[in-house]
Amino acid sequence: MKHAGNPNEPRRGSLPDIPEEIRAAVLDVTGRLKDLPGALLPVLHGVQQALGYVPELSVPLIARELNLSRADVHGVITFYHFFRNKPSGKRVIFVCRAESCQAMGAVALEQHIKQRLGVDFHETTVDGAYTLEPVYCLGNCACSPAIMVDDELKGRVTPKQFDAWLAAEAT
Amino acid sequence: MSITVYVPMDAGSLSLGAEAVVTAIAAEAKRRDLDITIVRNGSRGLYWLEPMVEVATPEGRVAFGPVQADDVAALFDADFLHAGNHASSLGLTEDIGYLKSQQRLTFARVGIVDPRSLDDYRAHGGYHGLENALGMSGAEVVQAVTDSGLRGRGGAAFPAGIKWKTCMDAQASQKYIVCNADEGDSGTYADRMVMEGDPFVLIEGMTIAGLAVGATHGYIYLRVEYPHAQRALESAIQTAEAAGYLGDDVRGSGKAFHLEVRMAAGAYICGEETSLLESLEGKRGQVRFKPPLPAIEGLFGKPTVINNVVTLATVPIILDQGAAFYRDYGMGRSRGTLPMQLAGNLKRAGLVERAFGLTLRELIEDYGGGTATGKPVRAVQVGGPLGAYIPISQLDTPIDYEAFIAIGGMLGHGGIVVFDDSVDMAAQARYAMEFCAIESCGKCTPCRIGSTRGVEVIDRLKAGDTAERDRNEVLLRDLCQTMLGGSLCALGGMAPFPVLSALDHFPEDFAGAAEAATS
Repeated sequence: MKHAGNPNEPRRGSLPDIPEEIRAAVLDVTGRLKDLPGALLPVLHGVQQALGYVPELSVPLIARELNLSRADVHGVITFYHFFRNKPSGKRVIFVCRAESCQAMGAVALEQHIKQRLGVDFHETTVDGAYTLEPVYCLGNCACSPAIMVDDELKGRVTPKQFDAWLAAEAT
Repeated sequence: MSITVYVPMDAGSLSLGAEAVVTAIAAEAKRRDLDITIVRNGSRGLYWLEPMVEVATPEGRVAFGPVQADDVAALFDADFLHAGNHASSLGLTEDIGYLKSQQRLTFARVGIVDPRSLDDYRAHGGYHGLENALGMSGAEVVQAVTDSGLRGRGGAAFPAGIKWKTCMDAQASQKYIVCNADEGDSGTYADRMVMEGDPFVLIEGMTIAGLAVGATHGYIYLRVEYPHAQRALESAIQTAEAAGYLGDDVRGSGKAFHLEVRMAAGAYICGEETSLLESLEGKRGQVRFKPPLPAIEGLFGKPTVINNVVTLATVPIILDQGAAFYRDYGMGRSRGTLPMQLAGNLKRAGLVERAFGLTLRELIEDYGGGTATGKPVRAVQVGGPLGAYIPISQLDTPIDYEAFIAIGGMLGHGGIVVFDDSVDMAAQARYAMEFCAIESCGKCTPCRIGSTRGVEVIDRLKAGDTAERDRNEVLLRDLCQTMLGGSLCALGGMAPFPVLSALDHFPEDFAGAAEAATS
């Protein structure tokens, strides 16, 4: 049957309105990467790099561009710990919780950092400066305990050193 | 003449301040009008001495460490550029006992060469293996790998040659080589060190694998926690392409091999080979049923060799020196060397590559120097979060795949995490179950549900009186048996190892609350 109706009205099944910034970022990434075999992870990395997160609103557009269902895309985003669906703080602090760091005082360090920042894991400080995330091994196990701030690795971190770093960041 | 100064760019060294040291050395040399060339090498793996600075002298490289930016002016005052004496002097690097007693085959160049320089790689024996492989048939290359006795270093210890032969014999229009660089086990960092310190050796190993089995495309699936390794690999791949070591016509052989890095996204399960393949295909990293084996139906349904970083990085030396050279190291069915990673609570944590056969005690006492805290060693976890906790009574176990299976553990990827006597083994057992619950892909019930129930049972066991403790121990052991026998992959199938070993060797830590109160 021929499609009738006002051509200015959105077609059935078309995409919901999303902010131009998100649309442009997604299309830029998919334009570059969508023809890669197994493109979804590289695309999600690209979107998160551009926007700092993978917005819920971008899922239908990503799905359309990669010819996947929205459920597929949602399923992949939620499977992987690294992808976030809301913005992070200016910097993300990853604290290692794994055994080697545990053996060197990571549990106390984790408690200290949580208390110092006033947030639990997966939360962002009220001033929007830091998001705290757990991580299971940073591969710095000869220098435990380790944390990573964005992609800056730190080894043999003591609560005192953490405070000194935080104070230096604030200035 | 310009003097060469080495300051590692290894992530571990950077995590201890190497970047500030480099900046300080460059500034101080300029201020004193001294001609130096700074090379950013990988780490020698002596992490208690990092950041370790080396200077090239006519007698060989001399080392200083650990060096902080504050020490740099004093180093210049002491004329460290001519091996002058300073409090951090370590003498000739090659004579440091920890390093001298090692048998570095896979790690032959790590910490020595400039990881960004193809010329340096070639000057240190690089690409000899590929040159030999190009003069051999695929079957001959596979035979050499089989004869060397090399087994998968990622943890499963499956003979690499058999995997390769299965893939070589499969008929297909396209085949793949996949490198598992999702090094997620706590206590392991050998893959990271290779990728950052000698990325060309991995590229060479994968190229040899591709030529051998007839694969024209390779992927390195790299964990997102390794941004430094990503930069090192991408730069090395570009250089290798430009020099004709990768591309449509590898070294004029008429054979193609292309390579790319794909970033993981923080799921531990994607270190399991079939989950990894799903993830590379852009899906949730859920485990596949086997068969079909990946060597027959792997990535995108095509025959795929999937090996760990260290396995692939060991192939070049086998092709260079011959299968017999490699096989002559080791004991029993564990042939060659294993890069072991000393971690956790140790005075001298670092990388030790030795032939199989030395004991856990030698590693912990002779190399590791005992605990960093100075307290007695109580437990050692070998093989990552799914490895058994080993009590000190079993420290004389040799580093050998079969010997570890015999004591209910596994060698895995060679990570050795040491705990002192302040460790609470019930808490470690609970963590093993908690970790399994967080990282389970959810495909099979024993792992998905069993791990959550495991946490609950351990909590009840700890909270109750003696009778409650005994009831829950029966339940916990039964649950572990279900997970051991009924899980699809090693995550659910081995998470009981740390739990049961903690229960068997450290029962006193599992006393119920009421019991503990009365005792």
